[in-house]
Amino acid sequence: MKDVSYWSIFLNSSLINNFVLAYFLGICPFFGVSSKIGTAWKMGAAASFVMLVASVCAFVINIILDIIGAPYLRIISYILVISSTVQLVEMLLKKLSPPTYQALGIFLPLITTNCAIFGLALFQTNKGYSFSQAFVYALGAGAGFALALVLMAGVREKLDLANVPQLVQGTAAALVVAGVLSMAFMGFAGLG
Amino acid sequence: MALKPVSPTDEFVKGLWRDNPVFIQVLGMCPALAVSNTAINALAMGAATTFVLVMAGLSVSLLRKFIPKEARIVSYICIIATFVTCVDYIIMALSIELHRALGAFIALIVVNCLILGRSEAFASKNKPGRAMLDGLGMGVGFTFALLFIGIIREVLGSGTLFGVSMFPDGFQTWTIMVLPSGGFLAMAGWLLIVNWLRQKEDNAARRAAEAES
Repeated sequence: MKDVSYWSIFLNSSLINNFVLAYFLGICPFFGVSSKIGTAWKMGAAASFVMLVASVCAFVINIILDIIGAPYLRIISYILVISSTVQLVEMLLKKLSPPTYQALGIFLPLITTNCAIFGLALFQTNKGYSFSQAFVYALGAGAGFALALVLMAGVREKLDLANVPQLVQGTAAALVVAGVLSMAFMGFAGLG
Repeated sequence: MALKPVSPTDEFVKGLWRDNPVFIQVLGMCPALAVSNTAINALAMGAATTFVLVMAGLSVSLLRKFIPKEARIVSYICIIATFVTCVDYIIMALSIELHRALGAFIALIVVNCLILGRSEAFASKNKPGRAMLDGLGMGVGFTFALLFIGIIREVLGSGTLFGVSMFPDGFQTWTIMVLPSGGFLAMAGWLLIVNWLRQKEDNAARRAAEAES
């Protein structure tokens, strides 16, 4: 995995294997906070930020676990370190930039249990990326996540005005939209 | 929940239909969609999740008096992660193929909101036996939901069920169902059916109530 270009890693994680639409990671916020474009952006930005932090953390943990020879501790240490880092970031933001903290609100703690973050950490380990490759991978994953969220929010804003039968309203309609979006993203296959 | 006595069977049954984790509560969607492209994967994922749900329910319930309120989420996550690691290694020992098919999604059981949700909402307030029953019910409900989605996707997408061919030669498979978007669409279809059934149930209950008064 040494000879893969950064550009192809970025394209791969953001478009071709989009975390939400191809890997089904981070579905809960995808449906939960995708009703307005404004909030979707913020959630996407917050998640991208946490992904970068988590990617760096996961890289360091993996080195430590390799040294002490305890791969079976991977899951538990990933989740603990990532969630505590998110808490730390949350506290820092609260102190340093209250407006940003206010804007992100409930999203930051929610991100802790977002499978996209955890999935990112696992995938980058499985793929054996170097530090800079992992960083680009996280960047792409975050961008892809934000893109999917914003696209979804755009469609749902329009959908609110449409006359949808009562039976289909809510999650079912959102799922159909997601299915169509996912189909559209299949068109990116072969780009990388 | 503590107000009126709930029978143990009810703790189990509620996860199957009334509070079905996937179709009604819409929890744990990520694995439900990601590994449901064949029925066997869906079954394995459901079994793994059920195991974690039951064991986490038992441990959380046993430790509920000792876990301080402030640190409860972290403690729950630790407990869950421990059992997920067990499952990960058990599956690897049983079948390396299955482990490869499920991939990172076994480890991702940790962040399945269903398990943390049940620990927080049920196991931390109830006795171990009940917590296990609740976990079992939710797990079985989850497995069934996964299986339903998996069966639809495998039959239409590959023309097989549990690897056995279902159609005569020349059946044009719906490749879309195996691909990610098929997961969304199959799930949407099931949600529609469930919504429709629930609406009928509600209407019948309302009519019965009106007839009484």
